[in-house]
Amino acid sequence: MADVPSDAPQHCPGTSSEQAGKTSSCQGCPNQNLCASGATKAPDPAIEEIAVKMLSVKHKILVLSGKGGVGKSTFSAHLAHALAGDSNKEVALLDVDICGPSIPRIMGVEGEQVHQSGSGWSPVYVEDNLAVMSIGFLLSSPDDAVIWRGPKKNGMIKQFLRDVDWGDLDYLVVDTPPGTSDEHLSIVQYLSSAHIDGAVIITTPQEVSLQDVRKEIRFCRKVKLPIIGVVENMSGFVCPKCKNTSEIFPSTTGGAERMCEEMNLTLLGRIPLDPRIGKSCDEGKSFLAEFPESPAALAYRSVVQSIQAYCLSEGTQGESAD
Amino acid sequence: MEQNNVTCFSAEGGNLALVKHVVLILSGKGGVGKSTLTTELALALRHTGKKVGILDVDLCGPSIPRMLGVGRQEVHQCDSGWVPVYTDAQKSLALMSIGFLLEDPDEAVVWRGPKKTALIGQFVSDVAWGELDVLLVDTPPGTSDEHLAVLENLKKQHKVDGAILVTTPQAVSTGDVRREITFCKKTGLSILGIVENMSGFVCPHCSECSNIFSKGGGEELAKLTGSIYLGAVPLDPLLCTSIEEGKDFIQTFPDSATFSAINIIAQTLLTCLQNS
Repeated sequence: MADVPSDAPQHCPGTSSEQAGKTSSCQGCPNQNLCASGATKAPDPAIEEIAVKMLSVKHKILVLSGKGGVGKSTFSAHLAHALAGDSNKEVALLDVDICGPSIPRIMGVEGEQVHQSGSGWSPVYVEDNLAVMSIGFLLSSPDDAVIWRGPKKNGMIKQFLRDVDWGDLDYLVVDTPPGTSDEHLSIVQYLSSAHIDGAVIITTPQEVSLQDVRKEIRFCRKVKLPIIGVVENMSGFVCPKCKNTSEIFPSTTGGAERMCEEMNLTLLGRIPLDPRIGKSCDEGKSFLAEFPESPAALAYRSVVQSIQAYCLSEGTQGESAD
Repeated sequence: MEQNNVTCFSAEGGNLALVKHVVLILSGKGGVGKSTLTTELALALRHTGKKVGILDVDLCGPSIPRMLGVGRQEVHQCDSGWVPVYTDAQKSLALMSIGFLLEDPDEAVVWRGPKKTALIGQFVSDVAWGELDVLLVDTPPGTSDEHLAVLENLKKQHKVDGAILVTTPQAVSTGDVRREITFCKKTGLSILGIVENMSGFVCPHCSECSNIFSKGGGEELAKLTGSIYLGAVPLDPLLCTSIEEGKDFIQTFPDSATFSAINIIAQTLLTCLQNS
């Protein structure tokens, strides 16, 4: 049964929720007895279907942060660009930020359409070897708001994983919204029978970010999601005029470095603030291609190399739930 | 949470009955400074003598307790419900956040929508705010469970004056905030105005202004959507440090351009609320 069936009432908790059939919203729903009996809480068959689909995907990387606005989408996009820089590799970027889908714009494919065929939904191709999927492609206007509660968002994520015709992939990068809620639980749940290489956690140096990121790390450990490492973004700004460095987002509690030491994680790198990054994202261009020699681009590439090394080594069996 | 004999004001007509104005702080986009702006607006309004409350409904990433320097506090119960945490002895600034209900500050709140909806319903109806001039509601990014829950529950109890939308200048940000504007229109929530945050960085060494997160997007968005542009707040490492350390930026840097910008927004907001 669909997580939110089409005949469900407005506040349906979802058929696989613990509250299925039991909330006040369930009164009068034709599925209430079925849900309350527990039949709908049987493992979702989609999990196995997705596992089969994911057999053709060699490496799956989630990009997470408890905190919003730290650069997850920016990083995901550039990770995908960097991995696809090797024309022998097939790369895909899946955007599961249902309410705030930034990836189409950042990848320069805003306004593109998704097509359906017998083999499923076809993603949008940025390059021959770089595909993208986002709810952004299903919205007809840039003003359209996706005002969905959790169960409906979960259903969309399931469809993205099960119904998109990715083909054979070397890397699937999944960009997520901030938080530790429906989208994150769903991605982990639906990929539970497929092997996820690990998560890359993005933060800025501030304690206000780290505070949320520690929660995300706890989430990863709770759901046994390996953590490849942490990236500290917006780490210092070099004034283009006088070349002095300013710590705009100060690391009052030791930044990502201390957090990684305390939590036994790898600091994959620090990426400085560069106004050209935001501009590239706004214009849908790859910052790595536009400014390849910049300090930020070099930092990105170093982080990407560490992630590739992790995926290719036997360390994919490494950091699991502590 | 402690149950002890704390006396609190019991209002006829529910816990929001003596709250004069309710304003939501929204953004489709994460990390644009909603919590920072909520905190600074609250401090600025308090500075003018108003009694202010903040309801923090970001359940996964509750930032406000740290920003106000109240850290780990116990929440007490009284006859009318939960007593908010006050930042000072004069009780001029009250706060409720899930941050106070967690035993371990690093504990992740890994809840699906329905559970978040239920707690937000309680936050709206069961916090004994008493008399307030303004209740600011800080929200997480998005247009989902938390936003629907807080709006639906607030409307049952009280008029919602409207929302302030926060963006940074970049298109990636305004792109999400456009969707938030649609959310407001669809749910009948008035848009009191748009604030552009992180609007330029003035190098403290040479005074060169760098537009790190681009330029002009907030004002363009206001024009495009027919909304009021409330103003711009610059990127200020001193503000970021204040927020980190839970200090009152208004008291520490009253002569700064940043304070001036925030004050203008606060004054405009007050005028708007008084006229409505």
